[in-house]
Amino acid sequence: MILELKNVTKKFGGVTAINSTTFAVNSKEIYGLIGPNGAGKTTMFNIITGNYQATDGEVIFKNEKINTLKPHVIVRRGVARTFQNIRLFHTMSVIDNVLIGFDFQTNYTYLESIFRLPRFFGEEKRIRGRAMEILDYFGIAKFAEHKATDLSYGQQRKVEIARALATSPTILLLDEPAAGMNPAETKELADLIRKARDDFDLTVLLIEHDMKFVNQLCDKVLVLDYGKTIFEGLPANAIKDKKVITAYLGDFTHDSC
Amino acid sequence: MGIVIRKDQWINLAIIATTLWFMWLASTYFDEYTVRILNNIAIFTILAVSYNLINGVAGQFSLEPNGFVAIGAYVTALLLLDGDAKEYQYDIEDPYPWILGLQANFIWALFFSGVFSALLALSLSFPVFRVRGDYLAIVTLGFGFIIRILAINNPEITNGSLGLNDIPEFSNLYWTGGIAILSVWGILNIVNSKYGRAMKAVRDDEDTAIAMGVNTFKIKTFAFCTSAFLEGVGGGLLAALLTSISPDLFTFFFTFQLLIIIVLGGLGSTTGAIIGTILVIGGAEWMRFLDEPMNFGFFETPAMPGMRMVVFSIILILVMLFAREGIMGKRELKDLFKPKSKL
Repeated sequence: MILELKNVTKKFGGVTAINSTTFAVNSKEIYGLIGPNGAGKTTMFNIITGNYQATDGEVIFKNEKINTLKPHVIVRRGVARTFQNIRLFHTMSVIDNVLIGFDFQTNYTYLESIFRLPRFFGEEKRIRGRAMEILDYFGIAKFAEHKATDLSYGQQRKVEIARALATSPTILLLDEPAAGMNPAETKELADLIRKARDDFDLTVLLIEHDMKFVNQLCDKVLVLDYGKTIFEGLPANAIKDKKVITAYLGDFTHDSC
Repeated sequence: MGIVIRKDQWINLAIIATTLWFMWLASTYFDEYTVRILNNIAIFTILAVSYNLINGVAGQFSLEPNGFVAIGAYVTALLLLDGDAKEYQYDIEDPYPWILGLQANFIWALFFSGVFSALLALSLSFPVFRVRGDYLAIVTLGFGFIIRILAINNPEITNGSLGLNDIPEFSNLYWTGGIAILSVWGILNIVNSKYGRAMKAVRDDEDTAIAMGVNTFKIKTFAFCTSAFLEGVGGGLLAALLTSISPDLFTFFFTFQLLIIIVLGGLGSTTGAIIGTILVIGGAEWMRFLDEPMNFGFFETPAMPGMRMVVFSIILILVMLFAREGIMGKRELKDLFKPKSKL
């Protein structure tokens, strides 16, 4: 077990976004978080990454409680994320975007960079090499010097995932990675995520609406509705579950007219 | 171990060599008035590139320069004036004994000016960078006012509104130009390192920068303190150039002028900050002919003091209309030589 949420509750004023949710993600698992709009999926991500403080409950990562740590510290422990709407650094090149992921793994001080001391050159060369390796892995090395936002949508997604992988994570949180993609691109992305899981020894936690994508990719899913867990198990069983169908489509058993 | 010099490094070396040659040329052959303008350009280059670091590169809207420049100027002035000279000119109140004892040579005076400003900036960072948004602008604006009021109301230290006079004139083109070159070099080294990348990341999207493990508080503090350091040094150079300083020199207009420079040059571009300095500081002098009576042959205009500021404002408006991002945008000199790439 690598990530464990215990009775996590998040309230925004009077609204309960997440209501006492408990789940655990095993190492190397691809775990899906699904649910209708407003179910609290992104809130869950924000709690895991430390952007929000949980009102109650705890988040355990690698046997340590992380929900009181600062967001940038949690990233350094090995939790990386991407965003629902792609958020690349829009004035920077593709490689600079990825190099930001290496920021805390680059070992030279401020003064060493001002006076261009030897360690600066060595470290820059090392991380640039590693950044190019990651870009190469995603097949976007040829765009390294291009402005990140000049790339196509699918390529920008890849840059975002590459940037998250640059932080050397143990667990990768993907917020709707397949949003806005056509079926061919979705298929390619699913293969890429599975391959990256194996090659980078990752655990993946993802939010997705595309059920086909979830079915192809996820080992396990958790279905949330209004902040409550309504199902946990295999994705194939989730779409047959009565509660899940009700949450998505409404209840047809009672005649409400 | 052989040292390989790349093409862009050759260009940089050529620029530095040309600047050094020009500095020698100017201080040997040019008249005093021109040298004075060049000195001003050099000092304002230091101030503009450092102000650009916090405002343009790190994207934290700040209005601090006049405060830190004032501190730098006063520290340098107090360290350069000897005890007798100080005792002689403190008319409002007798100076504190420790003020009379302060003494250092020019290099140390400049260094202490920078360090003192940077330490003050550090103490401001803790409250200010805990929150996001335009608080920095408000706090630094207030800071500038406070420094000025303190300078006026503590005559035992600063000689109040009379200011400090007869400061030894140490600044010359070699000092100002030399430190300007070093500042630009240092700032560009920061911008082209992981710290510069992180500053740009904070400017572009702070939440995402945090999500990449960047300690944004630390990065913002670094940018702010570096700016303050160089503004302190610049203030010291200014004091040793003008030979007399008073609180009225460091009003908000001082900051405003620097803001014009970096916005005109292009926020975030160090090259732009240098070009902006030359245009604003040099151009303001060059346009002095507009204030004088002019003879167009068929009609004559009377002297119109302030006419150059009107023309200057019109130029600024035109730049903002047609080049929204300033002259350089976010580009640097080296980007201009890059071949245009197509996807």
